[in-house]
Amino acid sequence: MGLKILVLAKQVPDTRNVGQDAMKSDGTVNRAVLPAIFNPEDLNALEQALQIKDTFPGTTVKIVTMGPPRAAEIIRESMYRGADGGYLLTDRAFAGADTLATSYTISLAVKKLAPFDLILSGRQAIDGDTAQVGPQVADKVGIPQITYAEEIVSIKNKEVTVKRRLEKGYEIVKAQMPLLITVHGSAAECRSRNSKLTMKYKHARTISELQAAAMDYEDILKSRPYLHIKEWTAGDLNPENSLLGLSGSPTKVKNIQNVVFKAKETVSLTAEDKDIDFLMRELISNHIVG
Amino acid sequence: MNNIFVYIELEGTEIADVSLELLTKGKQLATQLNKKLEAICIGSNLAGIEKQLYPYGVDVVHVADDKRLSPYTTLPHNRIVCDLFEREKPEIALFGATSMGRDLAPRVCSTTGSGLTADCTSLEIGDHVDPKTKTEYKNLLYQIRPAFGGNIIATIINPETRPQIATVREGVMKKEIFDAAYKGELKKIEVANLLQKEDFVIQVIERQIEKSKVNLKGAPIIVSGGYGVGSKENFQLLYDLARVLGAEVGASRAAVDAGYAEHERQVGQTGITVRPKLYIACGISGAVQHTAGMAESAMVIAINNDENAPINAVADYTIHGDLNEIIPKMIKYYKSNTK
Repeated sequence: MGLKILVLAKQVPDTRNVGQDAMKSDGTVNRAVLPAIFNPEDLNALEQALQIKDTFPGTTVKIVTMGPPRAAEIIRESMYRGADGGYLLTDRAFAGADTLATSYTISLAVKKLAPFDLILSGRQAIDGDTAQVGPQVADKVGIPQITYAEEIVSIKNKEVTVKRRLEKGYEIVKAQMPLLITVHGSAAECRSRNSKLTMKYKHARTISELQAAAMDYEDILKSRPYLHIKEWTAGDLNPENSLLGLSGSPTKVKNIQNVVFKAKETVSLTAEDKDIDFLMRELISNHIVG
Repeated sequence: MNNIFVYIELEGTEIADVSLELLTKGKQLATQLNKKLEAICIGSNLAGIEKQLYPYGVDVVHVADDKRLSPYTTLPHNRIVCDLFEREKPEIALFGATSMGRDLAPRVCSTTGSGLTADCTSLEIGDHVDPKTKTEYKNLLYQIRPAFGGNIIATIINPETRPQIATVREGVMKKEIFDAAYKGELKKIEVANLLQKEDFVIQVIERQIEKSKVNLKGAPIIVSGGYGVGSKENFQLLYDLARVLGAEVGASRAAVDAGYAEHERQVGQTGITVRPKLYIACGISGAVQHTAGMAESAMVIAINNDENAPINAVADYTIHGDLNEIIPKMIKYYKSNTK
């Protein structure tokens, strides 16, 4: 019994280790200095999908991502690890989307790819930390959701059992497929690249990428169609244009402010005994401790 | 109509702190806008629950009580909330930014077509003029939150859609009784005809919730460790200091990710926001992600071997050196000076 699985993934700027140069003086984000990475929890989701593929031969795992042309990188990366291909949703009309407009766009692609058994995604992306797109896609596609999954415990007779990681414990739930599952960062880490697959998919490209590299894509796609990363624009999804991108986004950014912490008057101490003794006396006499 | 709604999160029949914190904030917003504050309780065995909510200034408590509604699952709660919003047309709706609120609120927003801002750190009322159309909007909810890994603070608005929906993490707002004798009104929601069989496709077969061992929010002193602590074993030093000072142990996201400390100890934008009277940051460099959650501490001591660590900018005292040497000395001199 093979399953049809879609993994929703996002290429994100690495906001976890930003330096002083991450912000420009005008308060906007200096994307140039932030490397674009595979959203970490989407990798956890990919691993869950690949584990299902290991267990049930014949399973297909396809990535769906929305982003600029270079986001094809994460589809390739997924193929190196075991995914079968993917779809890049890319169009200027998608730009400026908040989570609602994003989930609308993704839901159109997902419906076009129906029928499927499971949609997996990371719980949230590190550039926004909102955790909204998963549940909103589930709603728009009309299927149930299980969020905060730590492990897909079993799949039997189209019934999935999932362990959810909650703040103060865990929960085990079961439901019939199809459904959408968002995967928590405490789930199994994603396997690394498989060297054979990396060789096989090294030249996987979108048509735009092939054109940009002035490669004869027709020939490549005819002889090795598995190298074709599909690119869908707004026209391929037949959307209601008012629901896309900025115009489809009920939330607007009124303003953004650079975070500046004002330096306090700081007392500098060393590890020497007299300094530590001084500090502890200060804390005690000011009733901060004791 | 057009009132302020708060979704009350329940574990069994126990009300989550975050919901009471939101009621306090909701009451301020309601007062400012001259609107009523309404609460939504969905669960099982909820007789009398309204009495716990009225003191927070709640004018109307909506209760949906059915044994199928506890423990929480998404679809039935979503249907009840959306049906209520359809009838009552709230101006603002607030949810806790918990695994429950962050499961439910996006679904509600998708169903109702409303805008949602996650993990707000501040909520204010203000006006807005659209820069292009020059349309004026009065009394919008400013949903203020850190974005981009905490490097910017964004003010988000929903000019057109209602309700304006936001989630807020536990501990960000302060919980305060408004009036212990406040009397609101109870409205029961009839669910028998509303809920459909397909709302119950997800079954909870096991649920283990532990009372948290860690109480960072209520701790007057926090000894917190970062990646610079170096190992889970070295974290023991922090526990030793915490025991002597009567403190709780916290951690940065990097330390939690590295497995040095449990997730429930995480301080910062994606963890818990704390305001202790003393915060001792050990081996924490001070990424904005972290400082956003502790910058309001009354006093900060930073122990670090990097003189240029950003944490030093928010510290009252910096101790430059090896924490393996410094922490035992702090314990020693605390003991000798309190004798």
